Amino acid sequence: MITVRNLKKVFSAKSGRVTAVDRVNLEIKEGEIFGIIGYSGAGKSTLIRMFNGLEKPTEGSITIAGKDITKIRGRELRKARQDIGMIFQHFNLLWSRTVRGNISFPLEIAGVPRKERKKRVDELIRLVGLEGKEDAYPSQLSGGQKQRVGIARALANRPKVLLCDEATSALDPETTDSILELLVDINKKLGLTIIIITHEMHVIRKICHRVAVMESGRIVEMGPVLDIFKNPQQRITKRFVQQLTEPEETKDTIDLLLKEYPRGKIVKLTFVGEVAKQPVIMNLIRELPITVNILQGKVAHTQSGAYGTLFIHLNGKEEMIGKAIRYLQEKQVGVEVIAND
Amino acid sequence: MIETLFPNVDTEKAWEKTIETLYMTGVSLIWIFIIGVILGLLLFLTSKGNLWENRVINWIISSIVNIFRSIPFVILIVLLIPFTRALMGTMIGMKAALPALIIGSAPFYARMVEIGLREIDKGVIEAARSMGARTSTIIFKVLLPESMPAIVSGITVTAIALVGYTAIAGVIGAGGLGDYAYLDGFSRNQNDVTVFATLLILLIVFIIQFIGDTITKKIDKR
Repeated sequence: MITVRNLKKVFSAKSGRVTAVDRVNLEIKEGEIFGIIGYSGAGKSTLIRMFNGLEKPTEGSITIAGKDITKIRGRELRKARQDIGMIFQHFNLLWSRTVRGNISFPLEIAGVPRKERKKRVDELIRLVGLEGKEDAYPSQLSGGQKQRVGIARALANRPKVLLCDEATSALDPETTDSILELLVDINKKLGLTIIIITHEMHVIRKICHRVAVMESGRIVEMGPVLDIFKNPQQRITKRFVQQLTEPEETKDTIDLLLKEYPRGKIVKLTFVGEVAKQPVIMNLIRELPITVNILQGKVAHTQSGAYGTLFIHLNGKEEMIGKAIRYLQEKQVGVEVIAND
Repeated sequence: MIETLFPNVDTEKAWEKTIETLYMTGVSLIWIFIIGVILGLLLFLTSKGNLWENRVINWIISSIVNIFRSIPFVILIVLLIPFTRALMGTMIGMKAALPALIIGSAPFYARMVEIGLREIDKGVIEAARSMGARTSTIIFKVLLPESMPAIVSGITVTAIALVGYTAIAGVIGAGGLGDYAYLDGFSRNQNDVTVFATLLILLIVFIIQFIGDTITKKIDKR
């Protein structure tokens, strides 16, 4: 569906040349929700803006549905853009138009006749759940409602691809979730390919099938979301994964516990997929004469299964602790001993 | 009532002069609006980071605008005499005042249009581009509607300044209330005529302000 080859973007600034995107290669499948995560300045916004030609790459190519976006211009590029919807962090609605007028705008650009426009706008308003708000102006809407208008507008010309540039970063957590659910819903209903740029691991976890991690213009790690959660390789990826699985206070808690429990072992367990649903800990206690103290835990659900971490304290005879760790490993649970006595 | 307070005022003549002022203001305002919006758009579009970014053209338009904005109006009238004569075929009367009024005010208005356009969120223009809009669509469906309150309040301010300019033009024979106040009032030592003409000018200004404010309020949905 989308193939990115050796993509490079160099900006010349006063302070010298800045490579915003550096030799990026990607392969995105049809109907996939693909996430790109990175801190601000990692080049992800520049990358996504090249997908619809808002930014021209210095080198490389982007092929969407067989067409190289980087090679076309003028009328052909404008036509291609109608097949690529885009939503933005700050919604970018026209304040001078009502909800209906805003959604109608891309249809006017595409030259859809008035009657069909009205029909399509009504469909879209139902799709994003904005019934009753048709004649409101953006200033009368909440952030979540504005983004729904943005989504309806992006979908108006039935695009094949939807680009989301930090689409939930300006929203509160609850609204973020409702917008993400809407995106998943649209992805399933319309089979739309969605590319999401974000700095929040929460967004990746909640709706993406695959993720690419970006740092200083390069993709440093890429794979199915669950694999990345289970086995992050790069430091930056580990930090993003920790955002979700280990709350801020975890490290403090562990330090405190190490002091409080001079005996036994503190172990970090990671559960992925089916294992996360099984009563592993209960079985462990039943089978071995050992005390298990649960210190902290969290389970996150992704599009392709659950992922969880659990910090426990094991106490008992030395050999029993060793046995317990082997038992857990047999059950496909990731085990990491935090510190010894 | 008018006869007792303003014994020297000929109401018919005052009315005629009011119409002249309104004519000069109205006709020049239409031209100023057209020229100002075009120049304002060009200034905006050719500036850095915009759709038609072009330093040379931007510098040329910007210089012309700044020069004409800086010449005092009275001097501008005099400087434009040969131009006016060639264009309008006459040096006196209302029509002769029009070129100076338009050339004197359009650059000022162009700057106000440009400021209004600059206030538009860049993201909105980018959104329109991402939808495949051509530049003309962006101009007529994004830039102008989104800056409409600034465009309207700008033309209100310009119209009020213009009423003042017509009075100055009146002094050199263009007609209108300025002419009336100066020739019939001041020159003939009839102070009541001057005061009456002033009151009429104030009334015109207040009405323009009221209309401008009402429209701006109505179209501003931010």
